[in-house]
Amino acid sequence: MSVTDAVKPEGRAAHPVRSRADYEDFLFNEAALLDEWRLDEWFALFAPGATYEVPTAGSAVDVQSDSALFYIADDYARLGHRVERLKKPAAHAEWPRSNCVRLVGNVRILGSDADGVQITSTFATYRSKHNVTDTYVGHTRYTIAEIDGELRIRAKRVLLGMNSLTPHGKISIIL
Amino acid sequence: MATLLAPRRESGRWVQEDQQAGLFKVNREAFTSADVLAREREVIFDRSWLYLGHASELKNPNDYLTRRVGGRELIFNRDRKGTYQAFMNTCPHRGAQVAREPCGNAISFKCFYHGWAFNNNGKFATRSPVGTYPEDFGQDGSVDLARVPRIDSYRGFFFISYDPDIVALSDYLAGSREVIDLLADHSPNGMEIIGGAQEYSIRANWKLLVENSNDGFHAAETHETYFGYLIAEVGESILDDIKTLSQISAGIDLGNGHAMVETRAPWGRPIARSIASWGEQGKADEARMVAELQQRVGPERALRIADRDRNMGIFPNLVINDIMAVTVRTFYPETPSLMNVTSWALAPIGETPQARKRRLDNFLEFLGPGGFATPDDVEALESAQRGYAAAKFAPWNDISRGMRREQPRADDEAQMRAFWREWNRRMEDAQ
Repeated sequence: MSVTDAVKPEGRAAHPVRSRADYEDFLFNEAALLDEWRLDEWFALFAPGATYEVPTAGSAVDVQSDSALFYIADDYARLGHRVERLKKPAAHAEWPRSNCVRLVGNVRILGSDADGVQITSTFATYRSKHNVTDTYVGHTRYTIAEIDGELRIRAKRVLLGMNSLTPHGKISIIL
Repeated sequence: MATLLAPRRESGRWVQEDQQAGLFKVNREAFTSADVLAREREVIFDRSWLYLGHASELKNPNDYLTRRVGGRELIFNRDRKGTYQAFMNTCPHRGAQVAREPCGNAISFKCFYHGWAFNNNGKFATRSPVGTYPEDFGQDGSVDLARVPRIDSYRGFFFISYDPDIVALSDYLAGSREVIDLLADHSPNGMEIIGGAQEYSIRANWKLLVENSNDGFHAAETHETYFGYLIAEVGESILDDIKTLSQISAGIDLGNGHAMVETRAPWGRPIARSIASWGEQGKADEARMVAELQQRVGPERALRIADRDRNMGIFPNLVINDIMAVTVRTFYPETPSLMNVTSWALAPIGETPQARKRRLDNFLEFLGPGGFATPDDVEALESAQRGYAAAKFAPWNDISRGMRREQPRADDEAQMRAFWREWNRRMEDAQ
């Protein structure tokens, strides 16, 4: 029986929770795909309908993109465009491509609902280009579901642990 | 170090303009020199009206916010009666900030260092045991919070000046007033800043962002991927649109160094030009907004409000772009090659949730550090700044485009020349 079958018709059943190591492996793999610029494979980790959001630095964890200004508030379609754009040499900020290293840690399982399992992690992402290295740090909130036996991201929200995007100037990579 | 600024005006140290030949050149040292920046602080930032904030950010009496403007920490607040004021956010005692939250509501401010306190009109209000200070201590106002010399507003936009003798704000704004009017008239309910500001830095000289913010020439090249996205979203029809729309295109000098471009761009406008991807609902909503505008402001102004895009620079460093969304942006140099930028989104009060969502989607698609366009602008500005290291051998920027056209187009550079003329006038006069 697939996990989706386990969700009752009214959709109230909580998603089954796997071991923390399973989610850690998943997030470490996600980071590796981004570090290696394997963007199509990275996008394939997202379930159709998924969201990817980066609220402005210092925002509350539950801030909503329909009433507050974010840096990034992608629905699934726009996230697809983001990936396509980043693959083009005319995405000037990332061409030539920057070198990135992502550290992911402090992975915790927060709970589970019908949408999936809520996972939080901390991250430090180093982006180097033109002999300048910028550091992005913060927490990420994921909703991860098991679909046809595979873990898939339903929502990814990156909460920057910084006052402002100083001195970075841009989030031209995917965090 | 001042000798670096010689020789003087006669040779066109920073700006060379030759109307006859149709040439306009800016020396790249204007972007790299520490002496130029020191002079700019004195004759530009300390002698202009600088954007402080929007009335909607202080909704109630006693509301305050803290903000860095022109290199100084300020408190922008309203007193008990609701009057808007601006103070230097530094304790008259020993200098620490008396307000350290980004915003709040306070009838008084107390310094955390030694506990000196002030009411929200800036008046010294510290109780000390008798004999600690002279009896008349502070009665001359010398230990009140220092007021910013000038504060004034135009249609909800508050400005300050560090020059007590500066001309009145409405005179200073000159032709930009009319453009602010168009913006303030978007809605019968007034306009508000949407929660959250985008704060970021660019490793480039601040004037590069002045130029970039209303540069119609760079769009197709720098933002090819954004337009690619737009084609995917709106359809191939925008390619034909772009050809037709390019007939509506002007670069306009608004006086006193202010300037804008006015065009009709292929993207959707939240007030009020729908695009296919907004569907029937969007189309109906926008038609209703256009009808409301026509009734309230007349057909001519309604057309400009609903169907024209404007990128405006108010000298020296306020950008108000009324394009796929409305952004208000200001920025200051930290060094000749580093600026800090703050961007806000402005929207009609009482906008429907659907319209607000279209607006914010539009904003984020193009604008800001995570958009599909602004990161490439940042890359271009930083790339130019790196290029200026070769100024000794490649000393001049060319800003001549469209110089001989009777009515310059948005993809000409008349709007930049308007900025540079005012910049040059002040810098040269100061010598």
